[in-house]
Amino acid sequence: MILDSRSCGDERTTRANQTDIMLPPVFGVLFDGIAYGMLLFVLSVGLSVTLGLMNFVNLAHCAFAMLGGYVSITLVNDFHWPFLTTLPLAFLAAAIVSVVLERTLYRRLYRSSDLDQVLLTIGLAFISVAVAAYVFGTIQQPIETPAILRGGINFLGLGLGKYRLFLIGIALVVTVLLVAGLEYTRFGAQVRAAVDNQRMARGLGIDVDRTFASTFALGSGLAGLGGALAIEIVGLDPNFAFTYLVYVLIIVSVGGLGSIAGSFAAAVLIGVSDVAGKYYAPELGAFLIYLVMVVVLMWRPAGLFGRR
Amino acid sequence: MVPDMRVASSSAGMTPRAYLQAQSRWHPLEIAFWLATLLPFVLFPDYLSLASQIAITALFALSLDIILGYAGIVSLGHAAFFGIGAYSAGLLSKYGWGEPLTGLIFAAAIAGLVGFAISFVIARFRHFTLIMITLGLGLLAFEAANRAHWLTGGSDGLQGVSMWPVLGLFRFDLYGYTAYSYSLAVLFVVFLGARRLINSPFGLALRGIRENWVRMPAIGADSRAHIRNAYTIAAAMAGLAGAVLTQTTESVSLESISFQRSADVLVMLVLGGAGRLYGGLIGAIIFMVARDQFSGIAPQYWYFWIGVLLVTVVMLLPNGILGGLSHFYARWKRK
Repeated sequence: MILDSRSCGDERTTRANQTDIMLPPVFGVLFDGIAYGMLLFVLSVGLSVTLGLMNFVNLAHCAFAMLGGYVSITLVNDFHWPFLTTLPLAFLAAAIVSVVLERTLYRRLYRSSDLDQVLLTIGLAFISVAVAAYVFGTIQQPIETPAILRGGINFLGLGLGKYRLFLIGIALVVTVLLVAGLEYTRFGAQVRAAVDNQRMARGLGIDVDRTFASTFALGSGLAGLGGALAIEIVGLDPNFAFTYLVYVLIIVSVGGLGSIAGSFAAAVLIGVSDVAGKYYAPELGAFLIYLVMVVVLMWRPAGLFGRR
Repeated sequence: MVPDMRVASSSAGMTPRAYLQAQSRWHPLEIAFWLATLLPFVLFPDYLSLASQIAITALFALSLDIILGYAGIVSLGHAAFFGIGAYSAGLLSKYGWGEPLTGLIFAAAIAGLVGFAISFVIARFRHFTLIMITLGLGLLAFEAANRAHWLTGGSDGLQGVSMWPVLGLFRFDLYGYTAYSYSLAVLFVVFLGARRLINSPFGLALRGIRENWVRMPAIGADSRAHIRNAYTIAAAMAGLAGAVLTQTTESVSLESISFQRSADVLVMLVLGGAGRLYGGLIGAIIFMVARDQFSGIAPQYWYFWIGVLLVTVVMLLPNGILGGLSHFYARWKRK
């Protein structure tokens, strides 16, 4: 069975070939949807935290994800590193570049209007797309994953892709680390204080700018990690910075700004709706997730878990 | 949004009526600008189709200026109305009625109606949520046009549009004489309307909403009702622009309703200077001419320069080119 297929359309045929079905295919769709949601969660959680913390609308978030993806792909294809060892570097590269941009450009616009922030970061995303097209070409890049992550395992008649299981595992580790880090460390307490009431936090002597720079680097690093992880599932081309930006924004706004639990829930919701939509109603295309977003926002403008 | 210093400084000691009258007086530069729009007929007769595209884009940017520049509503999905206008005009002609002027009215009415319906949603939200809702609605409109292949032709574009001569006299020719005259005339007429609108108490109320949404109701101006009206008007104007594009090119492509178009028009408006009637016009001219020139060199890297331009404008010229110019003009005048 080919389980590392790039589109859900392929999976449809592979699943149809299975004869010894014990669980109905809806569980397979659910599994793929959750795995996809986990990927989206890793991509978007950083944006959610930085948006909640500084109210900074960063539309270049997926450009950092794309950077991580290209770092990983270059190391694997040109330097023959094993895929798994490139993941920390994808994280680091995105984190370092983001913090440089934060110190030079972003910080000047913290008090500007939404519009200025949108324009600056859209500008950066445009630049990243053109640079990626110039350096790597516009075609989709293939990547070699280690043998251990290829293929699938059979569970009650469902073929569960190993790579997707790996994704779910990584996302759970990231979630646990983030939640634990935010709940039980000094840094986490500072971040929470700054999100809740920035002025008060400053008054208590918390260096909010520094906290934000670190959080921003962490969030962009996670996006870089997500970008590297995404190659196997959705491929990588220079338009990544915009294609997945829409998904990430949808998750952040549906989940509620600054809420990890919200991002997690929204990522699962959007991941499952997207995969289910493509599986059961392919003629609708992306219609379903846009609709989910608009309806959720009209019902709860601050998102499902938003506080404001 | 940075407060409009012009309003704050020059209106001191003036009655509102006198202020509005002073604003609506025609400046010699404005007259010079409109006379200059006639130059392409003489100077660049080979570029009349481009000039026509610029006039259409300027009209679209003007429509965004009403809601973004004046009322402060950021929209990432404004192309939805452009596209609705474009498809309405195209479909009307495809199914037998190719008269351009009634086609325009029809398209503006449809776009305005949809805009009116959507405005009830728009008026309820602010900030990030609003940006996301406009983005979502714009994407929904695109997906709808893409999927409704039977109606819109989907990604193949709408075929079979054929227009009758304008006023029964002027055919749309290959060189773009009629196209440019027609687009320019529509732009000018709509511009006069927009100018009148902005220099009216309603226009002042919009600027008030931009500066402080919460306080406006306290002086008796219902923010939401004003936003609804402004949004409907802007939608109808965007629909007009779309219809003119359809009529002058006799085709509609999916690109007319895409996110790209929403982003482009935002870039133009900000580049020229939002919240100034001429901002969108100047921005459209610079953007379209630059795209025409740069695309000839390396089309795939055009967006690199747009990105650089955006970063520069946001960092160095927060009120766009016109904002920067008027700032220097004001400083020069004071000396």
